[in-house]
Amino acid sequence: MPDNKDYGALTEGVYYILLSLLTPMHGYGIMQNVKLLSNERVELGAGTLYGALSTLVERGWIELLQGEQDSRKKEYRITEDGRTAVRTEMARLDELLANGRKLIGGDPE
Amino acid sequence: MSLVKRRFFSDFEKEEEWLNEMAANGLALSEYSWARYTFEESGKGEYIYRIEMLKEDPKAPEAAEYLQFMKETGAELVPTGKWLWGTLNYSNLRWVIFRRKASEGAFTIYSDIDSKIKHYKRIHSLWMSLAVMELIIGFFNIALMFVNNPTALNRINFVMGLLLIVLSLFFISMGRSIRKKISRLQSDQLIRE
Repeated sequence: MPDNKDYGALTEGVYYILLSLLTPMHGYGIMQNVKLLSNERVELGAGTLYGALSTLVERGWIELLQGEQDSRKKEYRITEDGRTAVRTEMARLDELLANGRKLIGGDPE
Repeated sequence: MSLVKRRFFSDFEKEEEWLNEMAANGLALSEYSWARYTFEESGKGEYIYRIEMLKEDPKAPEAAEYLQFMKETGAELVPTGKWLWGTLNYSNLRWVIFRRKASEGAFTIYSDIDSKIKHYKRIHSLWMSLAVMELIIGFFNIALMFVNNPTALNRINFVMGLLLIVLSLFFISMGRSIRKKISRLQSDQLIRE
Protein backbone atom coordinates (compact mmCIF):
# COMPACT_ATOMS: atom_id res chain seq x y z
CA MET A 1 0.00 0.00 0.00
CA PRO A 2 1.37 3.42 -0.86
CA ASP A 3 2.74 5.58 1.87
CA ASN A 4 0.91 8.70 2.97
CA LYS A 5 3.82 10.86 1.96
CA ASP A 6 3.82 11.95 -1.66
CA TYR A 7 7.33 10.79 -2.39
CA GLY A 8 7.63 7.68 -0.28
CA ALA A 9 8.77 4.36 -1.70
CA LEU A 10 6.12 2.29 -3.44
CA THR A 11 5.56 -1.25 -2.29
CA GLU A 12 6.65 -3.78 -4.89
CA GLY A 13 3.04 -4.84 -5.20
CA VAL A 14 1.89 -1.32 -6.06
CA TYR A 15 4.84 -0.84 -8.40
CA TYR A 16 3.92 -3.97 -10.35
CA ILE A 17 0.20 -3.15 -10.28
CA LEU A 18 0.95 0.23 -11.86
CA LEU A 19 3.20 -1.34 -14.50
CA SER A 20 0.53 -3.95 -15.25
CA LEU A 21 -2.10 -1.29 -15.79
CA LEU A 22 -0.29 0.25 -18.76
CA THR A 23 -2.67 -2.22 -20.41
CA PRO A 24 -6.23 -2.12 -19.04
CA MET A 25 -6.86 -5.15 -16.84
CA HIS A 26 -9.23 -6.50 -14.25
CA GLY A 27 -8.24 -7.81 -10.84
CA TYR A 28 -7.52 -11.40 -11.74
CA GLY A 29 -5.52 -10.30 -14.79
CA ILE A 30 -3.39 -8.04 -12.59
CA MET A 31 -2.63 -10.89 -10.20
CA GLN A 32 -1.56 -13.14 -13.06
CA ASN A 33 0.45 -10.41 -14.74
CA VAL A 34 2.34 -9.45 -11.57
CA LYS A 35 3.22 -13.09 -11.07
CA LEU A 36 4.45 -13.31 -14.64
CA LEU A 37 6.43 -10.04 -14.51
CA SER A 38 8.21 -11.10 -11.33
CA ASN A 39 8.95 -14.67 -12.48
CA GLU A 40 6.43 -16.02 -9.95
CA ARG A 41 8.16 -14.25 -7.08
CA VAL A 42 5.37 -11.80 -6.22
CA GLU A 43 1.99 -13.37 -5.61
CA LEU A 44 -0.45 -10.65 -4.65
CA GLY A 45 -3.08 -11.67 -2.17
CA ALA A 46 -6.58 -10.91 -3.40
CA GLY A 47 -7.37 -8.82 -0.32
CA THR A 48 -4.12 -6.89 -0.60
CA LEU A 49 -4.78 -6.23 -4.29
CA TYR A 50 -8.34 -5.12 -3.60
CA GLY A 51 -7.18 -2.65 -0.96
CA ALA A 52 -4.37 -1.35 -3.17
CA LEU A 53 -6.72 -0.83 -6.13
CA SER A 54 -9.18 1.24 -4.13
CA THR A 55 -6.39 3.34 -2.62
CA LEU A 56 -4.84 3.91 -6.04
CA VAL A 57 -8.19 4.94 -7.53
CA GLU A 58 -8.73 7.35 -4.63
CA ARG A 59 -5.29 8.80 -5.24
CA GLY A 60 -5.94 9.16 -8.95
CA TRP A 61 -3.00 6.97 -10.01
CA ILE A 62 -5.31 4.53 -11.75
CA GLU A 63 -8.86 4.83 -13.03
CA LEU A 64 -11.84 2.60 -13.50
CA LEU A 65 -12.67 1.93 -17.14
CA GLN A 66 -16.27 2.65 -18.03
CA GLY A 67 -16.59 -0.42 -20.17
CA GLU A 68 -19.06 -3.10 -21.01
CA GLN A 69 -22.10 -2.78 -18.81
CA ASP A 70 -22.95 -6.46 -18.98
CA SER A 71 -19.74 -7.61 -17.36
CA ARG A 72 -19.41 -7.02 -13.63
CA LYS A 73 -15.66 -7.34 -13.83
CA LYS A 74 -14.05 -3.98 -13.24
CA GLU A 75 -11.19 -2.97 -15.50
CA TYR A 76 -8.57 -0.47 -14.45
CA ARG A 77 -6.01 1.64 -16.31
CA ILE A 78 -3.04 3.75 -15.21
CA THR A 79 -3.38 7.57 -15.30
CA GLU A 80 -0.79 10.29 -16.04
CA ASP A 81 -0.25 10.71 -12.28
CA GLY A 82 0.28 6.98 -12.00
CA ARG A 83 2.93 7.09 -14.72
CA THR A 84 4.67 9.92 -12.89
CA ALA A 85 4.62 7.87 -9.70
CA VAL A 86 6.24 4.92 -11.49
CA ARG A 87 8.94 7.16 -13.00
CA THR A 88 9.65 8.76 -9.63
CA GLU A 89 9.99 5.29 -8.15
CA MET A 90 12.30 4.19 -10.96
CA ALA A 91 14.56 7.16 -10.31
CA ARG A 92 14.63 6.26 -6.63
CA LEU A 93 15.43 2.63 -7.41
CA ASP A 94 18.16 3.74 -9.84
CA GLU A 95 19.78 5.73 -7.08
CA LEU A 96 19.58 2.81 -4.65
CA LEU A 97 21.05 0.42 -7.19
CA ALA A 98 23.80 2.78 -8.30
CA ASN A 99 24.94 3.33 -4.71
CA GLY A 100 24.77 -0.37 -3.98
CA ARG A 101 26.85 -1.26 -7.02
CA LYS A 102 29.38 1.43 -6.23
CA LEU A 103 29.83 0.50 -2.59
CA ILE A 104 29.31 -3.23 -2.31
CA GLY A 105 29.77 -4.41 -5.86
CA GLY A 106 27.73 -6.32 -8.38
CA ASP A 107 25.37 -9.26 -8.13
CA PRO A 108 25.55 -11.50 -5.09
CA GLU A 109 27.65 -14.63 -5.60
CA MET B 1 -20.10 -38.94 1.37
CA SER B 2 -19.93 -36.21 3.91
CA LEU B 3 -18.37 -36.10 7.32
CA VAL B 4 -19.30 -33.78 10.19
CA LYS B 5 -16.76 -32.71 12.75
CA ARG B 6 -17.27 -30.49 15.73
CA ARG B 7 -14.37 -28.33 16.73
CA PHE B 8 -13.81 -25.09 18.51
CA PHE B 9 -11.00 -22.73 17.64
CA SER B 10 -10.04 -19.49 19.31
CA ASP B 11 -7.29 -18.80 16.77
CA PHE B 12 -8.44 -18.46 13.19
CA GLU B 13 -4.98 -19.30 11.87
CA LYS B 14 -5.01 -22.63 13.69
CA GLU B 15 -8.46 -23.25 12.27
CA GLU B 16 -7.18 -22.42 8.78
CA GLU B 17 -4.25 -24.80 9.27
CA TRP B 18 -6.61 -27.57 10.33
CA LEU B 19 -8.90 -27.02 7.33
CA ASN B 20 -5.89 -27.16 5.01
CA GLU B 21 -4.64 -30.36 6.66
CA MET B 22 -8.08 -31.91 6.17
CA ALA B 23 -8.09 -30.76 2.54
CA ALA B 24 -4.63 -32.22 2.02
CA ASN B 25 -6.04 -35.56 3.18
CA GLY B 26 -8.93 -35.36 0.72
CA LEU B 27 -11.62 -33.86 2.94
CA ALA B 28 -12.77 -30.48 1.70
CA LEU B 29 -14.89 -28.26 3.94
CA SER B 30 -18.22 -27.67 2.21
CA GLU B 31 -20.26 -25.99 4.92
CA TYR B 32 -19.68 -24.34 8.21
CA SER B 33 -21.99 -23.45 11.03
CA TRP B 34 -21.13 -22.64 14.60
CA ALA B 35 -18.28 -25.00 15.57
CA ARG B 36 -19.67 -27.59 13.13
CA TYR B 37 -17.72 -28.43 10.01
CA THR B 38 -19.10 -30.49 7.14
CA PHE B 39 -16.53 -32.05 4.85
CA GLU B 40 -16.97 -33.66 1.44
CA GLU B 41 -14.54 -36.08 -0.11
CA SER B 42 -12.35 -34.44 -2.72
CA GLY B 43 -9.05 -34.93 -4.41
CA LYS B 44 -6.13 -34.74 -2.00
CA GLY B 45 -5.03 -31.14 -1.72
CA GLU B 46 -7.62 -29.95 -4.20
CA TYR B 47 -8.45 -26.79 -2.26
CA ILE B 48 -6.64 -24.20 -0.19
CA TYR B 49 -8.68 -22.55 2.58
CA ARG B 50 -8.35 -19.05 3.98
CA ILE B 51 -10.32 -17.40 6.75
CA GLU B 52 -10.95 -13.68 6.83
CA MET B 53 -12.80 -11.20 8.97
CA LEU B 54 -14.41 -8.77 6.56
CA LYS B 55 -14.33 -5.00 6.99
CA GLU B 56 -18.08 -4.77 6.65
CA ASP B 57 -21.06 -6.94 7.39
CA PRO B 58 -21.34 -9.49 4.56
CA LYS B 59 -24.71 -8.01 3.65
CA ALA B 60 -23.35 -4.47 3.14
CA PRO B 61 -22.84 -3.35 -0.49
CA GLU B 62 -19.10 -2.74 0.08
CA ALA B 63 -18.71 -6.34 1.21
CA ALA B 64 -20.71 -7.59 -1.78
CA GLU B 65 -18.27 -5.78 -4.05
CA TYR B 66 -15.33 -7.38 -2.28
CA LEU B 67 -16.89 -10.84 -2.38
CA GLN B 68 -17.50 -10.39 -6.11
CA PHE B 69 -13.84 -9.44 -6.54
CA MET B 70 -12.77 -12.55 -4.64
CA LYS B 71 -14.98 -14.63 -6.90
CA GLU B 72 -13.29 -13.17 -9.97
CA THR B 73 -9.93 -14.23 -8.60
CA GLY B 74 -11.15 -17.81 -8.35
CA ALA B 75 -12.02 -17.91 -4.66
CA GLU B 76 -15.36 -19.26 -3.55
CA LEU B 77 -17.16 -18.61 -0.30
CA VAL B 78 -17.77 -21.66 1.85
CA PRO B 79 -21.47 -21.52 2.75
CA THR B 80 -22.31 -21.01 6.38
CA GLY B 81 -25.12 -23.05 7.81
CA LYS B 82 -27.84 -21.41 9.83
CA TRP B 83 -27.81 -21.58 13.57
CA LEU B 84 -30.63 -21.10 16.04
CA TRP B 85 -33.39 -21.42 13.43
CA GLY B 86 -31.60 -19.18 11.01
CA THR B 87 -31.42 -16.17 13.31
CA LEU B 88 -27.67 -16.34 13.55
CA ASN B 89 -24.93 -17.56 11.35
CA TYR B 90 -21.20 -17.47 11.46
CA SER B 91 -20.95 -14.50 9.14
CA ASN B 92 -22.92 -12.33 11.55
CA LEU B 93 -19.52 -11.76 13.07
CA ARG B 94 -18.10 -10.86 9.65
CA TRP B 95 -16.06 -14.05 9.51
CA VAL B 96 -15.92 -15.80 6.17
CA ILE B 97 -14.11 -18.86 4.86
CA PHE B 98 -12.82 -18.84 1.29
CA ARG B 99 -11.40 -21.67 -0.70
CA ARG B 100 -9.64 -21.81 -4.01
CA LYS B 101 -8.44 -24.66 -6.17
CA ALA B 102 -4.81 -25.38 -5.42
CA SER B 103 -4.29 -25.71 -9.18
CA GLU B 104 -4.72 -21.91 -9.36
CA GLY B 105 -1.52 -21.47 -7.37
CA ALA B 106 -0.77 -20.33 -3.84
CA PHE B 107 -3.81 -18.71 -2.26
CA THR B 108 -3.31 -15.85 0.15
CA ILE B 109 -5.62 -13.00 0.97
CA TYR B 110 -3.11 -10.62 2.50
CA SER B 111 0.37 -10.75 1.03
CA ASP B 112 1.95 -7.65 2.58
CA ILE B 113 2.68 -6.77 6.18
CA ASP B 114 0.55 -3.64 6.17
CA SER B 115 -2.67 -5.34 5.16
CA LYS B 116 -1.98 -8.27 7.50
CA ILE B 117 -1.71 -5.81 10.38
CA LYS B 118 -4.96 -4.13 9.36
CA HIS B 119 -6.70 -7.49 9.28
CA TYR B 120 -5.39 -8.39 12.76
CA LYS B 121 -6.51 -5.00 14.06
CA ARG B 122 -10.05 -5.64 12.86
CA ILE B 123 -10.07 -8.96 14.70
CA HIS B 124 -8.56 -7.38 17.79
CA SER B 125 -11.26 -4.74 18.00
CA LEU B 126 -13.95 -7.40 17.57
CA TRP B 127 -12.59 -9.47 20.47
CA MET B 128 -12.11 -6.44 22.67
CA SER B 129 -15.59 -5.07 22.04
CA LEU B 130 -17.08 -8.48 22.82
CA ALA B 131 -14.99 -8.58 26.00
CA VAL B 132 -16.25 -5.18 27.14
CA MET B 133 -19.84 -6.09 26.31
CA GLU B 134 -19.74 -9.37 28.27
CA LEU B 135 -18.02 -7.65 31.16
CA ILE B 136 -20.69 -4.95 31.45
CA ILE B 137 -23.60 -7.38 31.14
CA GLY B 138 -21.83 -9.72 33.57
CA PHE B 139 -21.46 -7.02 36.21
CA PHE B 140 -25.09 -5.97 35.81
CA ASN B 141 -26.18 -9.53 36.40
CA ILE B 142 -24.06 -9.81 39.51
CA ALA B 143 -25.23 -6.44 40.79
CA LEU B 144 -28.80 -7.79 40.83
CA MET B 145 -27.70 -10.00 43.75
CA PHE B 146 -27.37 -6.91 45.87
CA VAL B 147 -30.78 -5.37 45.33
CA ASN B 148 -33.33 -5.65 48.13
CA ASN B 149 -34.57 -9.13 49.01
CA PRO B 150 -32.76 -11.38 46.54
CA THR B 151 -34.90 -14.02 44.93
CA ALA B 152 -34.06 -17.35 43.32
CA LEU B 153 -34.04 -15.52 40.01
CA ASN B 154 -31.28 -13.25 41.27
CA ARG B 155 -29.17 -16.28 42.02
CA ILE B 156 -29.49 -17.35 38.40
CA ASN B 157 -28.44 -13.85 37.40
CA PHE B 158 -25.42 -14.19 39.64
CA VAL B 159 -24.32 -17.43 37.98
CA MET B 160 -24.97 -15.91 34.56
CA GLY B 161 -22.91 -12.91 35.54
CA LEU B 162 -19.97 -15.07 36.55
CA LEU B 163 -20.16 -17.02 33.31
CA LEU B 164 -20.21 -13.81 31.30
CA ILE B 165 -17.18 -12.51 33.11
CA VAL B 166 -15.31 -15.75 32.39
CA LEU B 167 -16.32 -15.36 28.74
CA SER B 168 -15.08 -11.80 28.81
CA LEU B 169 -11.69 -12.93 30.16
CA PHE B 170 -11.55 -15.46 27.36
CA PHE B 171 -12.07 -12.70 24.75
CA ILE B 172 -9.44 -10.59 26.48
CA SER B 173 -6.93 -13.43 26.15
CA MET B 174 -7.83 -13.83 22.48
CA GLY B 175 -7.26 -10.11 22.06
CA ARG B 176 -3.88 -10.42 23.73
CA SER B 177 -2.73 -13.17 21.39
CA ILE B 178 -3.73 -11.03 18.39
CA ARG B 179 -1.81 -8.07 19.86
CA LYS B 180 1.30 -10.27 20.01
CA LYS B 181 0.92 -11.10 16.33
CA ILE B 182 0.50 -7.41 15.51
CA SER B 183 3.60 -6.31 17.40
CA ARG B 184 5.68 -9.05 15.76
CA LEU B 185 4.62 -7.75 12.34
CA GLN B 186 5.17 -4.15 13.36
CA SER B 187 8.76 -4.85 14.29
CA ASP B 188 9.18 -6.57 10.92
CA GLN B 189 7.75 -3.52 9.26
CA LEU B 190 10.59 -1.38 10.60
CA ILE B 191 13.06 -3.15 8.36
CA ARG B 192 11.04 -4.38 5.41
CA GLU B 193 7.90 -3.87 3.43
